[in-house]
Amino acid sequence: MKKRSRGASVGLEILAIVLFLLFLFPFFIVVVNSAKSPFEITQSPLSLPANWLKIFQNMATIWTSVNVQYSSSFVSSIIITVSSLVLLNILSSQAAWVLVRTKTKLSMSIFVLFIAAMVIPFQIVMFPLLSWFRAITDFTGIPLLRSYIGIVLAYIGFGMSQSIFLFHGFIKSIPLELEEAATIDGCRPAQTFYQIVFPILRPIHATVLVLNGIWIWNDYLLPLLILGKGNSVMTIPLAVSNFAGAYVKQWDLILTAILMAMIPIVIFFLFAQKSIIKGMVAGSIK
Amino acid sequence: MRKRKHAAIFWLFLAPVLFAFIVVIVVPFILGAYYSFTNWSATARTDDALKLIGLGNYIAILKDPSFTYSFILTAVYTVFNMIAINVVSFGLAMLVTRRLKGRNVYRAGFFIPNLIGGLILGYVWQFIFDNAIPSIGTLLGIASWADPTNLLLARSGTALLAMVLVGTWQYAGYVMVIYVAAIETIPQELIEAAQIDGASPMRRLRSITLPMIRQALTVTIFLTLVNSFKQFDVNVSLTGGGPSAMFLGQPIYGTQLLAMNIYNQGLKSDDMAGGQARAVVFFLVLVIVSVIQVTISKKREIEL
Repeated sequence: MKKRSRGASVGLEILAIVLFLLFLFPFFIVVVNSAKSPFEITQSPLSLPANWLKIFQNMATIWTSVNVQYSSSFVSSIIITVSSLVLLNILSSQAAWVLVRTKTKLSMSIFVLFIAAMVIPFQIVMFPLLSWFRAITDFTGIPLLRSYIGIVLAYIGFGMSQSIFLFHGFIKSIPLELEEAATIDGCRPAQTFYQIVFPILRPIHATVLVLNGIWIWNDYLLPLLILGKGNSVMTIPLAVSNFAGAYVKQWDLILTAILMAMIPIVIFFLFAQKSIIKGMVAGSIK
Repeated sequence: MRKRKHAAIFWLFLAPVLFAFIVVIVVPFILGAYYSFTNWSATARTDDALKLIGLGNYIAILKDPSFTYSFILTAVYTVFNMIAINVVSFGLAMLVTRRLKGRNVYRAGFFIPNLIGGLILGYVWQFIFDNAIPSIGTLLGIASWADPTNLLLARSGTALLAMVLVGTWQYAGYVMVIYVAAIETIPQELIEAAQIDGASPMRRLRSITLPMIRQALTVTIFLTLVNSFKQFDVNVSLTGGGPSAMFLGQPIYGTQLLAMNIYNQGLKSDDMAGGQARAVVFFLVLVIVSVIQVTISKKREIEL
């Protein structure tokens, strides 16, 4: 009996390794072909590259290419992701706090309305959003299309419901006594929130950051509509699709661009694996 | 007294998100519903040339074979994708909850595709299907794989299958983690007791594991259903909607899912009102289907 179970567990271990390698096969393909010339790729996409150093040459080509605009897209992606994340975390947590601590019908209805909005797919608001953003720009002069302001505003709008929901659930479990003590000590409400409550929210801040960060960093459709193609402000997915969607496929450089797009996420994952998995699972339970 | 004191901070703290909510969601949502009954187009400025045309856009949808085709295609894709993802991820979850040496490494490996955007993954897989697979075919002597005229992405039927494959690869690790969390809450005594009673592994799966993860199943089915139905990124980068196919005597995009159909109608065909009407139909179907799914799943949860 014992022998059989040991044999079975070796079998399972092997099965797991095979599946693991199968799952990582596409990454292998990306890495080896990023270090090849077009000729080497047509010869065999499976073989190891003749010269690994070619990978840096390809990366330099992508980074400096006027065609791809990779470096400026990288900077734009960081600006968009970071500012959306900072604002989403601050604004959603403070909103969730007043929604939890104010027990009125109005407060409840606003919360329910925010949550209900989670079922709205992007598709139903995307066209009107475009024309409405254009109308606002015409009226106020604030550029919302093809600009940072517009896209960050859009990410706050689309990301706030879930973020508020997550903060709301967490804040409910914080005992009120702490805040009451602060009030007695003469803290103003805003002070109470930022000095007492905000630090306690750390774990849920991490969850919200991970969840929104991965979404915003990888998002394609929203930047495509709001920023548009061929704009000076582009995100990495936009730059990659511009380049990879071209008729003539330069796979060596496309795969290099893809590799460069993957590296930041993979590094982030290796450092924060636990909180990423935890955050993504928390996001599933809405 | 207390309530009044809270009122100022209440509005102060809510104002920014309320503003974003109204500007980004509420107004476009209402405008969109209205536009779908008009002759709205991208070139028309906000209100001057706008005319109400009743149900015209909705009738046009019914007459358009490309929408019918996309609708059927999306339904087929959603069902296959949902089943494939859930079966694979449940299998993976069962595997990585065993006492394996490298189980944390396996978990990370299965999870990682899901961190990278669908757009980028689609291009990777396009390269694999068009270049790596024929090369593997030559290497292993599999004639049908090696044949360059027999590419998976060259025919709409197999291209849809390819999209399911990519969707499963991308999403299985994520769903796996949800299953793992559920499986790990099953009390070990329960399984041991069943083992002592002589229950076979299949029996234990059916009578213990599956009922105990029922709640997770509601979540995973909902997530995979909604995400498959809304698929856009992989569609754009993997197949671009092609290759072309014939449907009801008309040439159409062979792998164009609904989200892409909406996008193309609105922006490529410059028919925003038509695209918007499609989006409204898309939204209603999504809401109805997911409400039905959650109701059924919740009912089953209670029965068990």
